[in-house]
Amino acid sequence: MTTLVVIYTLVLAGGAASLIKSPQKTKRAFMVAKKSLLKSMPSLLTVIGIVGLTLGILSPEIIESLLGAEAGFFATILAAVIGAITLIPSIVAFPLAGSLLRSGATVMTITAFITTLVMVGVVTFPLESKVFGKKFALLRNGLSFVGALIIAAIMGGVLS
Amino acid sequence: MKAFKVPIGILAVYILLSLTLPDMALSSGKIAASYFKEMALIMPPVFLLMGLSEVWITKDAIRKWLGKGAGAKGTLFALVFGTLPTGPLYIAFPLAASLLRKEASIHNMVVFLGAWAALKIPQLLVETEFLGLEFTALRFVTTLGILLLMGVAMEYFLKNEKNPGWMQEVELPMKQK
Repeated sequence: MTTLVVIYTLVLAGGAASLIKSPQKTKRAFMVAKKSLLKSMPSLLTVIGIVGLTLGILSPEIIESLLGAEAGFFATILAAVIGAITLIPSIVAFPLAGSLLRSGATVMTITAFITTLVMVGVVTFPLESKVFGKKFALLRNGLSFVGALIIAAIMGGVLS
Repeated sequence: MKAFKVPIGILAVYILLSLTLPDMALSSGKIAASYFKEMALIMPPVFLLMGLSEVWITKDAIRKWLGKGAGAKGTLFALVFGTLPTGPLYIAFPLAASLLRKEASIHNMVVFLGAWAALKIPQLLVETEFLGLEFTALRFVTTLGILLLMGVAMEYFLKNEKNPGWMQEVELPMKQK
């Protein structure tokens, strides 16, 4: 909700200023926006479809049952993989991580889950690779996944 | 129409699912519908912002503030810029791509995207509430360290790209110096 308000305020203010300064440039900005939005449409629809499918299967309850019971290195890898393929808003993810921690998951496991959840986007990959190119998207997601495991290992070592 | 091959394939999966596992199809459909609504509201203004920045913000300004020559100041700028917003990471994609076209450095854009994903201030507040200050602070520091290294690595791996993906996405309707 706040996101929407901020973005619409920015667009309205920016658009108005732009119109006053140069209607011609504003028209060009609209053309650029329209063209790239249309070009991204198939990837956006793909992302929406895949998000529905993955979250329909991996609901928060199922994630909790998968990660709460397991322990050790395997649980951390599993957590990283689940985090990478799901797209949950942080408002849901942090309470979930908190309850996982209380139900016996290790710091390493929930750190891996949170970090890949926010940094790695398997379902948004079609959009990311459309916008930045495949190589950039592969590198960013791959390095983020490895980075998440390193972060998890450090956190697990320090906070246990 | 060819571009819509994948979305149509996914639609077919939904139809198949509704015949075999109607419960799961229903919950998947509901989630997809709510994401569709969110994206339909959020993506048009995001792309408009991108269009406005494409037209108004000069290459010189971005190069100076976020380019390779901007040094640590540029990285700090990218970090702060990334921690302020709320909202999902995919909103940042078109904006970061637009900045890359204006010659922001890859390193700084990796930090920007990473900060947006993992170090947003509103998100840190929620995290502190549920996982504690110690956890949040340590995750912030380690994540920042990893992001800085990732930026260096990606800069290295992409330095020889002749025609990087972000240049292909938009045909600039004008010449810029």
